[in-house]
Amino acid sequence: MKIKSILTAAASAVLAIGALQAAPAHAQAMPHSTEPPFSHEVFTGAVLFEKLEYGWGLDGPNIGRWDGQAWYGGDVNRVWLKTEGETARNGRVESAEIQLLYSRLIGYYWDLQAGVRYDIRPRPDRFYGVIGLQGLAPGMFEVDLQGFVSERGDLSARAEVSYDAYITQRLVLQPNIEANFALQKVPELHVGSGINDIEAGLRLRYEFTREVSPYIGVSYERKLGDTARYARNDGEDVGGWTFMTGIRLFF
Amino acid sequence: MTNDKLSRRRALGVGVAALAFPAASGALAQPAVGRAMPREFNLTLSHVTANITGRRRPAMAINGQIPGPVLRFREGEEVVINVINRLREHTSIHWHGLILPSGQDGVPGISDGFQGIDAGGTHQYRFPLVQAGTYWYHSHSGVQEQSGIYGSIVIDPATPEPFGYDRDYIVQLSDWTDETPSHVIANLKRDPGYYNYNKRTLASLVGELRRAPDGAARSAIVSDRVMWGDMRMDPTDIEDVGGYTYLVNGHTPAQNFTALFRPGETVRLRFINSGAMTHFDVRVPGLEMTVVQAHGNNVRPVTVDEFRIAPAETFDVLVRPRDGRQYQVLAESMGRQGFAQFSLATREGLPALPLPPHRPRPVLTMGDMGMNYGPSGLDRGTPMPEVDAPGHVAPMDMGGMDHSAMQMPAGGSQGMQGQSVGGMNHGNMTGMGHSSMSGMNQPAMPGMDHSSMRGMAPSSMAGMNHGNMPGMNHGSTGAGAMGGMDHGAMAMPDPLVNDVGAPPGARVLSYRNLRAAKPLYPVREPTRIIEIRLTGNMERYFWSINGNSFSQAQPIQLHLGERARFRFVNETMMSHPMHLHGMWMIPQVGNGAENPLLHTVNIKPGSTLDVDIEADAPGGWAFHCHMLYHMETGMMRKVSVVSARQAASAR
Repeated sequence: MKIKSILTAAASAVLAIGALQAAPAHAQAMPHSTEPPFSHEVFTGAVLFEKLEYGWGLDGPNIGRWDGQAWYGGDVNRVWLKTEGETARNGRVESAEIQLLYSRLIGYYWDLQAGVRYDIRPRPDRFYGVIGLQGLAPGMFEVDLQGFVSERGDLSARAEVSYDAYITQRLVLQPNIEANFALQKVPELHVGSGINDIEAGLRLRYEFTREVSPYIGVSYERKLGDTARYARNDGEDVGGWTFMTGIRLFF
Repeated sequence: MTNDKLSRRRALGVGVAALAFPAASGALAQPAVGRAMPREFNLTLSHVTANITGRRRPAMAINGQIPGPVLRFREGEEVVINVINRLREHTSIHWHGLILPSGQDGVPGISDGFQGIDAGGTHQYRFPLVQAGTYWYHSHSGVQEQSGIYGSIVIDPATPEPFGYDRDYIVQLSDWTDETPSHVIANLKRDPGYYNYNKRTLASLVGELRRAPDGAARSAIVSDRVMWGDMRMDPTDIEDVGGYTYLVNGHTPAQNFTALFRPGETVRLRFINSGAMTHFDVRVPGLEMTVVQAHGNNVRPVTVDEFRIAPAETFDVLVRPRDGRQYQVLAESMGRQGFAQFSLATREGLPALPLPPHRPRPVLTMGDMGMNYGPSGLDRGTPMPEVDAPGHVAPMDMGGMDHSAMQMPAGGSQGMQGQSVGGMNHGNMTGMGHSSMSGMNQPAMPGMDHSSMRGMAPSSMAGMNHGNMPGMNHGSTGAGAMGGMDHGAMAMPDPLVNDVGAPPGARVLSYRNLRAAKPLYPVREPTRIIEIRLTGNMERYFWSINGNSFSQAQPIQLHLGERARFRFVNETMMSHPMHLHGMWMIPQVGNGAENPLLHTVNIKPGSTLDVDIEADAPGGWAFHCHMLYHMETGMMRKVSVVSARQAASAR
């Protein structure tokens, strides 16, 4: 039942995107000349694992982390798959989510995305409806903004910004920052309201090829407010520095 | 004594089998009754393994060779060409630059009644040759051209040419990649900068700052970087694709294709750019070149030191080496990624001369942006399906006009869309003196007659941002018209000048130097102006015309007998060699009746150019950018030339 409601939410989000295109769609319905266009759109896809890393916590546990996305489609309409997660000590998966999104180009640099997110971890697992905006902001910043509504009706949001600074043609320094927000407490997931956590990272990768680039980096993570309190109560760390090494894959 | 010295074996890349000999069953075998039977040629397309770079890679060949055989025709004859498709895929052959019936033009889905040649199938082309000169042929299906489906065409003239020469060589330039073309597209789609290893970096910034003479220069360098970043554009993006090996008649630079001469002889070099994605800058250190033909048509001879040849263009030049030394003919890629080279020498087998260092790599400037600081929001190159009414392609969105109130009763028109797909920065148009347009918020705007807007210099609307005039290209108004315009102290670079990095004083060919030796058409005013904005999305790597990719667009309809003017406005940062099938394009370069006849017109970034077309060939014709991956990702249209009666009945 909860799945049904979340799918309804996702469908309405997709319809909302479609409504933005209503005017041109109407225009297309007007009479056309007889010949149909011959050429087809080029359909293609890509897989990017921006993070595939293992980190040594300076004052916390060692963690493994992944953050990947893949898309397939044409110039305007695409399907996206996003996944990210973390393992804590003893390799146990602490958080893991996967998103399936429909994506539509709405400007030169921006995609409007909508779909569903499923969090396998932490328990209890949970479905979310997603609406997001992903693209390239002035200054060449990669931006991904997402808003979520859980199957329980809880609202939350996430913002990610990163920048690729090319030091040489192959050596790239990538600062990034990610923040999570919630509009209300979700005690069973140990989420407080307000800003839940902030993570800032700096990764230095070497692009042997565009496809394979190993990196080293450092990140700082901090839980805030009630979320931090939940963590403390559980005897977990609320944040700290991590040195990491990993590999970025792009196919 | 004209062409008979064409050294066939040497003029061809891949050995003796290079010539497509007339098939035995053709003219030779049959008695001529009345007029001569057409000569017959066979082209067999097949998968082959090529080894260009030392790696064995899959490729496609015609009659087993890359490039395909030279097709040597005679003006006035009729030929039959059997294309045998032994590929495992659909194919087609297009005769680039030839004036022939639409049905023989060879573009699947666009040429009248032609749907391509299925795997295993054979298609017979048959057409008369109504012209002479240097042309070429290639596949018009997918990206097979990049894999090797291309060859050259030489049509010997029926009457002697107005110039003489002793030797005759084809110089077919091309670019070879070890990657499969579909892989190239996928790479560009997922990362438009995939092949660019000449990006601006922090290291290069440090170098630039260190070389800067003073603080002002340093701050200019930094602010330039910031500005490009704000535009989300890359000024080093000159060539989309990398990893190319550049070939002359299929020969790598090291293989050193050699054209023989004896000192004092005049040598004709028929340059054909069959590169999929490469503009070449051509020079022969120590020799000047006299251009005698452009795109197959005789031009008044013009002597130059260097020329740029865009994809699909051909230039025939004469060189006169006086001493018996070895000359190196250099064709450097515009993005300075490599050279194609061959030798002019008095004997075979000499090693290639060492390649010179590359010239400085060009970097795009604000001028190349047409003075618009990059696409913003929905106003440039967006994929919103603009509706192109047949015959009327340019819904111009003027700032204050209320489109919702407009009706478009004009021919076959589907109404203008209110959304601004145009690329007009409306905010910038306020200074344009629209007094004549103040009445535009009216129910009827018959046909949106662009010519009535002359007063506002339509071409300058390309540049849009009128606050920043330097760099605006008024090329489409023609050189003559520009003379009368008072631009004050504005710097106005000629949009047709090619900056090839030549030393000062070197003569570099520009379209303005081309004067048709025998104009085909009398000068007359165009009946219509059709705006062709070259658009695209570099982030997504798709290309379009007037904001519409081919799959979204309607044909451009021309009326038989009219003279249409295509007003090209290049809103992108790349050069686009625009090719129209079936009819000559006459760029308005200021030479009046002698404006050249070209089949492909290169439109530089941020520039505008008016190009006239005498619509004298009925049927469906392809019209596209000849950068292969630009065409494949959308920069293409169908042009339908219909009689006025057909147009009326379609309405």
